[in-house]
Order: sequence, then structure tokens, then C-alpha cells
Amino acid sequence: MHVSQLSLTDFRSYESADIDLAAGVSAFIGPNGQGKTNLVEAIDYVATHSSHRVATDQPLVRAGAARSIVRTTVLRADRQAVIELEINPGGANRARLNRGAVVRTREVLGVLRTVMFSPHDLELVKGDPGGRRRFLDALLVQRLPRFAAVRSDYDRALRQRNSLLKSAGGRAVGRGSEAAMATLDVWDAQLARAGAELLAGRLELVADLAPHVTSNYADVAQATPRADGGNEAALAYTAVIPLPRAGVDRTALADALLAEMARMRTAELDRGVSLVGPHRDDLLLTLGAMPARGYASHGESWSFALALRLAAFELLRADGDDPVLILDDVFAELDDLRRDRLASVVAKTEQVLVTAAVAADVPADLVTHHYAVREGLVSRG
Amino acid sequence: MVQDLIDELGRLPGVGPKSAQRIAFHLLSTDPTDVRRLAGVLMEVKDRVRFCVTCGNVAEEEQCRICRDPRRDLTVLCVVEESKDVIAIERTREFRGRYHVLGGAISPIEGIGPDELRIRELMQRLADDTVTEVILATDPNLEGEATATYLTRMLRPLGLRVTRLASGLPVGGDLEYADEVTLGRAFEGRRSVDD
Repeated sequence: MHVSQLSLTDFRSYESADIDLAAGVSAFIGPNGQGKTNLVEAIDYVATHSSHRVATDQPLVRAGAARSIVRTTVLRADRQAVIELEINPGGANRARLNRGAVVRTREVLGVLRTVMFSPHDLELVKGDPGGRRRFLDALLVQRLPRFAAVRSDYDRALRQRNSLLKSAGGRAVGRGSEAAMATLDVWDAQLARAGAELLAGRLELVADLAPHVTSNYADVAQATPRADGGNEAALAYTAVIPLPRAGVDRTALADALLAEMARMRTAELDRGVSLVGPHRDDLLLTLGAMPARGYASHGESWSFALALRLAAFELLRADGDDPVLILDDVFAELDDLRRDRLASVVAKTEQVLVTAAVAADVPADLVTHHYAVREGLVSRG
Repeated sequence: MVQDLIDELGRLPGVGPKSAQRIAFHLLSTDPTDVRRLAGVLMEVKDRVRFCVTCGNVAEEEQCRICRDPRRDLTVLCVVEESKDVIAIERTREFRGRYHVLGGAISPIEGIGPDELRIRELMQRLADDTVTEVILATDPNLEGEATATYLTRMLRPLGLRVTRLASGLPVGGDLEYADEVTLGRAFEGRRSVDD
């Protein structure tokens, strides 16, 4: 697939912009702070409904404006889809598909798929578990859009349950009262049901993703084995509940979650938060026998981050259509070897959008369309 | 003055600032007797309508119209969240039993637990064994499901028949346009066509 047109209204620094795009490799070149990343961020937002840079939507709206609008025309095989997203930081976003309003914004997820590489990816390896969970869930939703609903049900059940734990645990009188405990049982069941579904999705995803990560890391790093033994990159899902060795049975997962909640009930009431469920899980990245976090060198961490994104790209591509590949300011961060590896993927992809401060950062023979970005103006060069 | 009216109208559910403005200017150009009638009805509703002592539905007397109706089946009780759900089910003319309005759904975020709902009243109604079936018709969302689960656990020991409204495909719709969650539920709730 590829994006053939991008229109922005009050998005970030752009009051309005209309840009024609095409298949091939498009490079957006310009000094820092001119609005290159804003362009690719807008396209990625249409695909994922979140930004790779910020957790809230307010910064996405131009200062002084109430909302921003991003419209993309997507071509898949020979079919055209126009996705329009209205970003309302104060309220719910609105979406239109081919000029018709949809009931839920999440219905347009999956029409456009993107994989973005950015300097923030290093956080996948070095940062907190939250970043790795977001990586998994975002990929899960791109692959199977129905998980957007699962995820939102889970988040809501979690908020309801935390709210109950806080009030039931905090109240001196009535703590452990029969009514409060009976209600907690009900929310345990809701959380376990949505949690098992999310967990099953993540486990299946990790199983599919893991071999791609191992092979891409070997390819990207091409290094000699580490001194502390082995150089194979692997990933494993770590959960607060014991996971089944093989197969994913949602009923068994729900039962395991319920059993763990029962075991942790006192602690949960004491702390007033849910301690059991996929919101506490992590993705363990290892190099040989050692965890990547804390042990991998800077270069190894970069290779791992690239391997994760490349694996995500391969997995989405395996569904039959290339996702749009976005490389936001990454070439400058990479050494020659990793640059070459990334360039070889770029050459075989239907559409690639690259941003860089100077043209020399991007392998020149790759680029098919040049755009200059300066003071919020995008011109074709 | 006009702005006050627009602000008041804008506070109503489902009325945005633009609609509020339109309604306000419509009222300004309307015949005074019509406006007076509307104002009268608004006041009268507030003064006279109260909640049925039996089921919690809106009523103009001690009991609502449905609870007073002798033709209603006393053995079946349909539990709903709000009075407006009663109106929706009544429109179908399919259900001939009586209702119990909870006044909401369990939602700890909003501070609503079982004690804030009319669950104690429900248990009292069921105490004399007249009712043999309870239909749980709470909303098919997270809070409605939680409420139905809670009620199921409370009612099971009473030995009644407890049923839950089916979730699934809208009638007259196209399968291909159904969202995955609805379709998934429809699969879960599929039934045999043998008989």
C-alpha cells in the first residue's frame, strides 16, 4: 500500500498543507525544527491513532486551534481509501472513511498500516516495560484491528477495578464488607475476561514475531559472539501469571488470572491498585544468556531496536501488502553496517518516507522523490 | 437573556452549542401560547412525575402504569438500568411481564455500587416466590455486563430461572459490516436450528 495524498489542517506547525506523495522512496530534507517529523507523525497517527513522540494529543494541535484534521488517501492494490481523522484533544476524535462518518474511530484502524523507525526506538530496549507493552499492543492492533476494542475494554475494566480497590481498601469501616467483596468478584471476572483475550493476542503475536527478531538481529549485528557467551537475540513474554508452555487457551488464561487475583487480593486492597494482569507484563529481550536491558552495549541496543521494527515490518508484510515504512531521522544514528541493512529493506518496499536534516544522511541512490521542508513549507525538489 | 436560554438548553444531553442556539431562536419566533404550553409541561412533569414505589419506573401515581395493569404477567420480571429502557422494550410489545428499574449500572469510577442501585428492592420483590423468571436486560457494555454478573450471583441461590438478553447481529443488517466484537458475540450465542 502507499499514501498518495496527505492534507493537514492545524496539525502541529502546519496551518494547512497539501502534499502529493507516490510509491518509491520520498526524502524530506530540511534543518531541524522545520516540520519534517510532523508530516510523518501525521501519517503514522492515521494508522495507529497515537503519536510516537507524545502520549497526549494536545501537542498535535497547532497553538490557538481547537482541533486538527489529517486526511490521507491510501492506495492498496488498485483500491483507494480516503481516511480523515479529526483530532480533538478535549474530547473524542472523529473519523471518516471515504467521506462517510464511522460510528467508532477505531473502525478506520487497519486501513493504513505503517511501521516507523525513530530515535525513540532505543527506548524499546533500554526503557521501561510500558514502552514495550505499547509496541506489542500497537502491532497487535495493526495486525488484527479487533484488538483495539479488546484493549479499550481492558483499560476500562482496569480503571473501574482500581477505583473499587481504592475505595474498598481505603475505607476503614466496610473494608472486606460482603457487598464490596462481591462487587470486586464481579470486576475480577470482567478484568480476567478482557485480560485473557489481550494476553492471548500478545502471546500469539510474540510467538510469530520472535523468529523474525532473531534472524533480523543476526543480519543487522553481524557481530562476533559476546564475551559473556552467545549473541543470539531472543524475546520472551513475561507475565505475572504462570504461562502455559504451548498453545493459548483463553479459558485457562482467564482462570489463571482469577487465581492470581485471589492470591493477591490483600495486597491489592492495601495498595489500591490492580497488581495482576497484562498491564503489568513485559517483553524480555535477551542477547545470548543476558538480558539486553542493562547488559547490551549502545550499538547492540540499536541493533536490537532495529531488529524489533524490521520484524514488525516483515510480519505485517506477510499479510500480503507492504506497510508504509517511515524512517524518522534514523540514518544519522546508524553506523555503515546497520545503514546498509536498512537500505536493503528500503529498496524492496512499496513506499518509504524518510526524514533527515541533511541530504548526505540518506543513501543518495535510494531516493526517488525529494522534498525540501523549510519554515513549514514543503516543496518538491 | 437570550444567551441565558442558549446556555440552559446547551446543558441538556445531546444538545451542542449550535443546536442550543437554533432551538433558542426557534422559541423566540414561536407563538407565545406554544411556548407557554411547553413551559407548563416542563413544570408539571417536575411537579407530578415521581418514581414507582414498586419498580422504580417513572410514574404519575404511587405506582406506575405497568405495575397497576392487572393483565401483566406477574411471574416474569425484566431488570433494566433506566426508565428509558422500559420505554424501548415496551415499544416492541413483545414483553408482557413487569419491570424493575435499577437506576444505573455498577460503576466504581462514578461511585455507583450495588447499594446505590435498587437491588435491595429487587430482592424484596422476589421474596414471595411469585416471580419465576428474571430477565437481565442491562446494557451490553462493560458496566452492564458487570451488573448482570453481579445479579446472576445474587439470584442463583433463589432457584429462579435467570436469563440474559442475547447479544449479536442487528436484524436487517449485513454480516460483512458487523464489527468484530458483535460478530464474536453472535458466534458465542449461536443456537441450533434443529427444531
